[in-house]
Amino acid sequence: MKHFLNILFLLLSFSLSAQDVPMADEMRANGKIYVVVAVLVTILLGMIIYLISIDRKLKKLEKEQKTKS
Amino acid sequence: MRNWWKALAIILLVYSIIGGFLIEVPKQVILYESIRNLYFHVPMWFAMITLFFISMIYSIKNLSSSNLKDDRKAIEMVNVGIIFGVLGIATGSIWAKFTWGAFWTNDVKLNGSAITMLIYLAYVILRGSIEDEQKRARIAAVYNIFAFVLLLVFIGILPRMTDSLHPGNGGNPGFNNYDLDNNMKLVFYPAVFGWILFGLWVSNIRIRMANLKEQLLDN
Repeated sequence: MKHFLNILFLLLSFSLSAQDVPMADEMRANGKIYVVVAVLVTILLGMIIYLISIDRKLKKLEKEQKTKS
Repeated sequence: MRNWWKALAIILLVYSIIGGFLIEVPKQVILYESIRNLYFHVPMWFAMITLFFISMIYSIKNLSSSNLKDDRKAIEMVNVGIIFGVLGIATGSIWAKFTWGAFWTNDVKLNGSAITMLIYLAYVILRGSIEDEQKRARIAAVYNIFAFVLLLVFIGILPRMTDSLHPGNGGNPGFNNYDLDNNMKLVFYPAVFGWILFGLWVSNIRIRMANLKEQLLDN
């Protein structure tokens, strides 16, 4: 019986601690977390577009160099 | 489509941000939502190690071929890898402040990664300080192989032999035991792969730049 109670309390404390952990559950639903995601995706895409443009400029230079030599 | 891997890098990175923020993660005390840093902090190191590894392969190639193109590939990959390493240390430092309580702890992995960065900075300086091209390529290549072995020791082996705050090291169970559940793997592995491809892309640009510069100087 004592063991049973111990295990019960243990399980109870686990389930309680899982609920106590503050997560952004609600924030994801209505806390505008999507705005942050959108901002980060914009920054990432901006950086990538910049990288693509550098890539293209370099390709142009490589072509020029090829026709020269 | 010769550039399919660049497109794949973009898709994976965009996915890792969207999935990284919105897909559910395990509820852990102390970590809370910061567990999501796993998707962004750890891939920096994976990308760095991959770039350094490929760089070492080109160094070995250079030793057998004496082709300066291989030397250029090796140095440019290290240059990009160092950026990833700096970002890895910076992001880890922020994460540490809010979970372990300090920006820098005496954790073996932290000090090991800092030493590794210094070793690779020394590679860049060493290579830059030799005038003769062939000599430079050869000495840099030998050092680069040596540097990767040290990397393995400092961030692969030593952290596993003593106590470390990092998961998976010392007595600390890894994320993959139970923390890194299937939901997290769904974002983590694509993020790692995406950042590796991104690193290769930037290296590719730097290598082509170096080759072009070489041609311009030759003419």
